[in-house]
Amino acid sequence: MRLGGLEELPGCQDSSRLGATDVQLFGEIFGAIYLYLDSMAFLFLSAVGLIIILGMMGITNLAHGEFMMLGAYTAVLATRAGLPFPISVVFASLMVGLFGMVLERLIIRRFYGNLLQSLVATWGISLIISQGMLVLMGPSLQTIRMPLGGITVAGKAYAAYRLLLAVIAIGLLIVMWYVFHRTKFGMRARGAMQNAEIAEAMGINTSRMYQFTFGIGSALAGFAGALYAPTTVLAPLYGASFLAPAFVTVVVSGGANVIQGALITSVLLGIIEGTSSRLYGTFIGRMALLAAAMVILRVLPTGISGYLETRGERAR
Amino acid sequence: MNKTSRFSNFLNTVNGPFSIGRSAVFWVAFLIVTGYLYFFPRFASRYDVINLTYFMSWTFVAMGLSLIWGCGNILSFGQMAFVGIGGYVYGIIAINTLDAVGNTIPALLGGIIIPFLVAALLGYFVFYGRVSGVYVSIMTLVFTLVLETFMGQTAGDKWRVGKALLGGYNGMTNIPSINFGSTGLKGASLYYFVLTLMVVTYLLLRYLVNSKYGVGLVATGSNPDRTEVLGYNIRLIQLLAFAIAGGLAGLSGVLYVAWGHYITPSTMGLTNASLPVIWVAVGGRKSMLAAIISTIVLQYFTQYLAVTGSEFALIILGALLLIVVLYMPAGVIPTLANCIGKLGSKRRQEALSNSQSRRGVGA
Repeated sequence: MRLGGLEELPGCQDSSRLGATDVQLFGEIFGAIYLYLDSMAFLFLSAVGLIIILGMMGITNLAHGEFMMLGAYTAVLATRAGLPFPISVVFASLMVGLFGMVLERLIIRRFYGNLLQSLVATWGISLIISQGMLVLMGPSLQTIRMPLGGITVAGKAYAAYRLLLAVIAIGLLIVMWYVFHRTKFGMRARGAMQNAEIAEAMGINTSRMYQFTFGIGSALAGFAGALYAPTTVLAPLYGASFLAPAFVTVVVSGGANVIQGALITSVLLGIIEGTSSRLYGTFIGRMALLAAAMVILRVLPTGISGYLETRGERAR
Repeated sequence: MNKTSRFSNFLNTVNGPFSIGRSAVFWVAFLIVTGYLYFFPRFASRYDVINLTYFMSWTFVAMGLSLIWGCGNILSFGQMAFVGIGGYVYGIIAINTLDAVGNTIPALLGGIIIPFLVAALLGYFVFYGRVSGVYVSIMTLVFTLVLETFMGQTAGDKWRVGKALLGGYNGMTNIPSINFGSTGLKGASLYYFVLTLMVVTYLLLRYLVNSKYGVGLVATGSNPDRTEVLGYNIRLIQLLAFAIAGGLAGLSGVLYVAWGHYITPSTMGLTNASLPVIWVAVGGRKSMLAAIISTIVLQYFTQYLAVTGSEFALIILGALLLIVVLYMPAGVIPTLANCIGKLGSKRRQEALSNSQSRRGVGA
């Protein structure tokens, strides 16, 4: 499971003795916001690549965790080789994106329209990548220090980096929305996903669209993996710790409206996970996530985005 | 209906259209191999017998997966979770009741029934929630991962059920052998027990798949909407198949812990969770027998690689999975069987192609 969060920070437990109740209240509120933002950003970032590939192409990439692991390894190795951390993160996303595009051309492309088989194939890929990394780099890799250090609010210390991650998540959301809803590429991609034949007839190269979309999804997985690399131990099974929360987010979100679904789902699940881990600890938070997913799916089988879409259609 | 006709009815159903291997040649070969397996401990070394017992213990989870995936088109990545549940439940009950009861029959039954019920509960949420396709697979995968995490944090004295310590990542130890009242099953006696269970389970599953229920399951797998319109309760059909597969996985778990006397949460981890899928996919998911053979062969192969010190066992398994999915989607054994069938008489070839075009699914 994910390391980090509030409990690892040294100053976390010491309540300051400023005495002023409004400062304490502010501290409480800030702590809660920090926790929720952290949860939401984690869910959003770890799931977004998966959601794009699933929502746009219908392919479930079970090697998602391994793509994240590749991103993390690339970023850490690049940083150790002397690149500044932000540049290594970008480099890592590009590399993983490229890797994804090659993989799409070689293997994934054969499984469009055969979803269960694609699931099995991507699992085979994930096994090869993670075990290959184990042979290549050994059971663990020393990670880099968390950048930015801590900030103190009302006597409690917080990791500034985790706040930055939340900001990055929000920024990424805006960029994605812009790319898929306001650019020509986004329009073509969505067209290809909605009805490949008609899009093809309109002169869109759907096979290239699929390749790019898979590349973007992979790049986002690498990006998320690289961003979270400094927060935990790096190992070939690094991706596995993201897998459960990422898949829960994807399942609850559904594939209908990718960006809207990802946003609403990570906020909703972030609140559920944040609240329960605040009250009962990280582990119970994770269990609550699964329980919530089961209940939500029992009520909304097409996921939140599917529900919103059918509601939208009815309203029209 | 008198007894003999009921029995021949059973045999006819076992030999029904949904199974690969229905010719007289097949049954003769089946009898010869089964007979050979029963005589195996007479001449093989103790090590080989114990080893083969271990391999055969895993065939139950593979048969269960073959039932839901091959027939019902439900791909579950969570079968190892039920193996884990079966193993832990057997361990908990056996450790607590062996002295009082004098046998492990309650533990054995519990290790099958509890995973059956848990699978039914999970299946209720999944199938009655009308979750379908890949989402089912993802939910089962998440279920396994969460269960592994849960068992991993059960270290310490706090996590104790009666006399049984759950033990966190160190696992549960000193789990007794299967015991029917005199002494625990070990070595050859455990071998005969597992072998008999395996043969009986195989025949029963062939019966199930070719029964009225099996027809419904296969139909649901190939076209759920049409099957539902035809009046089948497809939710219940899927739920039941999933629960049976869970119970079979539980049985694998029971036999595994009774064989090795311990279990750890990593049984349910991501790497392990991929094993049943690999066995079944490589062998041929639509045939129970293919699942059995490939489970035993691939385990033997993995063990051989591990013993020779190769780190590449899992990479090779992953590559094998990928190659099979790419080039032999039906699996290795049905593809081979098809080739052999083509060498046979033209009549048989026609029958094969007829039966394949009739449904495209077999067990």
